[in-house]
Amino acid sequence: MAELKINDLHVSVLTDQGAKSILRGVDLVVRSGETHAIMGPNGSGKSTLAYTIAGHPKYKVESGNITLDGVDVLAMSIDERARAGLFLAMQYPVEIPGVTVTNFLRTAKTSIDGEPPAVRTWIKDVKTSMENLRMDPSFAQRNVNEGFSGGEKKRHEILQLELLKPKIAILDETDSGLDVDALKVVAEGVNRAKSSTDVGVLLITHYTRILRYIHPDFVHVFVDGKIAEEGGPELADRLEDEGYDRFVSASKVG
Amino acid sequence: MVAASPSAAAIEHSRLFSKQHSDGGWGLVPIQSRVGRFRSFKAAEFEPVSGFETEWKYTPIKLIDPLLNGALVGEQPKLESRLEGGASLNWVDAGNPLIGSVGIPEERGSANAWSQIAGAHVLTLDGTDCFAEIARTGEGSALATHLVVRVSANSKANVVLKGTGAGSSSDNVEIHVGEGAELTLVTIQDWDDSYTQLSTHFIKLDRDSIVRHVVVSLGGAVVRLNTSVHLAGQGSEAELLGVYFADEAQHLEHQVFVNHDAPNTKSRVNYRGALNGLGARTVWVGDVLIRPTATGTDSYEENRNLLLSEGARADSVPNLEIETGEIIGAGHASASGRFDDEQLFYLQARGIPEEIARRLVVEGFLSGVVQRIGIPDIEAALIEAIRAELSRESG
Repeated sequence: MAELKINDLHVSVLTDQGAKSILRGVDLVVRSGETHAIMGPNGSGKSTLAYTIAGHPKYKVESGNITLDGVDVLAMSIDERARAGLFLAMQYPVEIPGVTVTNFLRTAKTSIDGEPPAVRTWIKDVKTSMENLRMDPSFAQRNVNEGFSGGEKKRHEILQLELLKPKIAILDETDSGLDVDALKVVAEGVNRAKSSTDVGVLLITHYTRILRYIHPDFVHVFVDGKIAEEGGPELADRLEDEGYDRFVSASKVG
Repeated sequence: MVAASPSAAAIEHSRLFSKQHSDGGWGLVPIQSRVGRFRSFKAAEFEPVSGFETEWKYTPIKLIDPLLNGALVGEQPKLESRLEGGASLNWVDAGNPLIGSVGIPEERGSANAWSQIAGAHVLTLDGTDCFAEIARTGEGSALATHLVVRVSANSKANVVLKGTGAGSSSDNVEIHVGEGAELTLVTIQDWDDSYTQLSTHFIKLDRDSIVRHVVVSLGGAVVRLNTSVHLAGQGSEAELLGVYFADEAQHLEHQVFVNHDAPNTKSRVNYRGALNGLGARTVWVGDVLIRPTATGTDSYEENRNLLLSEGARADSVPNLEIETGEIIGAGHASASGRFDDEQLFYLQARGIPEEIARRLVVEGFLSGVVQRIGIPDIEAALIEAIRAELSRESG
């Protein structure tokens, strides 16, 4: 049973105009098997939360803490966090020219497991996951994210989620830029990972659309760098009807 | 050409015979066409190298003085060769007309070797499935070598040249690709840390022939390898690829000259290098000349460098000279920059330790060129060589 615990997290980002405060006291707990949706308007700090958990050097933690099963995540390097069981499916996956998907996946799996995967089962696992995500076999020989369409990039992220088997996965706007068919394929991949590995999911999204396919246990509304309201799946339905206006104007008044 | 007048104060022996116009980069001589450079088989007909000349100004000439001016009489290196299909390797004495059938030296280092050779190896490739691998091990003394590579009309050949070991050398390679023939030639410089090398590859392409020329420079104190391609036959094509990795105090230099001299010829130049450590230095000069005879030319050259540490320096100098407007295209690109931290973040976020992630990015960057070769065995061998170099680096 894994537990990611975020406690009173304050984060700033360095801009040309100096440090800018983005997260202003975030509290959140995600456990194995749970699916949390974080929803909020643009610029509310959702992605900052995702990148801070993963350890991107651009974001500076001013105070608060993050632990995974009681161990201090903020003291870990980026790769140590991933090896501890955290995974971030990125909104804008980066191109790595000259590095094939096959080579990349094997290197990542070897790093996470601490030993190379058994060849035969590994090749079969990769093949099966790619088929499930409707990815053409030629994909394996292409360079990581190079010339991938938006949908291909997202499928490749979910492919990694399935193969690397993290304890807690953060999906940063995985639904953005996907048409309905691609969205279904990606959502199926997440649901497969949930049922086969009991991964805890932190699903960051602007729209309620993806929640029709990946059902959240908890919904958190993120406004102005912190959680403004929390509830069950019914909160998402309400947002669908009302939008974020209620929260945004409230935060402006406050 | 007017002989430079020797100085009254100090008479330099070599200058008495010089027929080369002294340009010296002092602005005394107007910029001339790349094709107008002085050429001679005899070292004595060149001006002594001052280090200010266009073709020498990036080179640490003190370190290679013996190669420019000294006796190059070391014993010929032992060659280990593997020949398949219609490949054969023979020795001919100096004076054989094959020597000089493709190229004439354009600088003193090349001519100094040419003047002193006792003969040359001749690699003949005749057939549609030729393969030759020639490995050579340096054993210490300064020497001159000469290799002639001849691909018969309509033949197809893959050739790998590999240099390892200690010493220093000035090496000329003349490559003739016959009508309708196709040659892929890979030259790997993986010398010991102290090796100094000057090398010139002269390539002449007949009608409808194709050359894929791949330079891989990894080891050696100073390696300067110039490739000069003469697209002499209509419809001929040259793809010139290069990969280099310079570490601390290493100087790796590649000067390319593409001479479009016939209609409908095509050239692509793509060199990539990585540099790591104090005093790591690379130089790339790419000269492309499109002569009035070369209508319908399609040409593009590119050089990219990845600087992995402080204290490294990459020079990148693309030059384009166009003498006819009736061409398909002529372009160039050059970019030198540091590591992309976002790439590192992405890989590390997948659990890959920073050291391995860095290596993967560099390997990927360099293999972007290797992937263009299109011959899986050769590609795999080169990726292995690059990997070995990178793990030496971090070990």
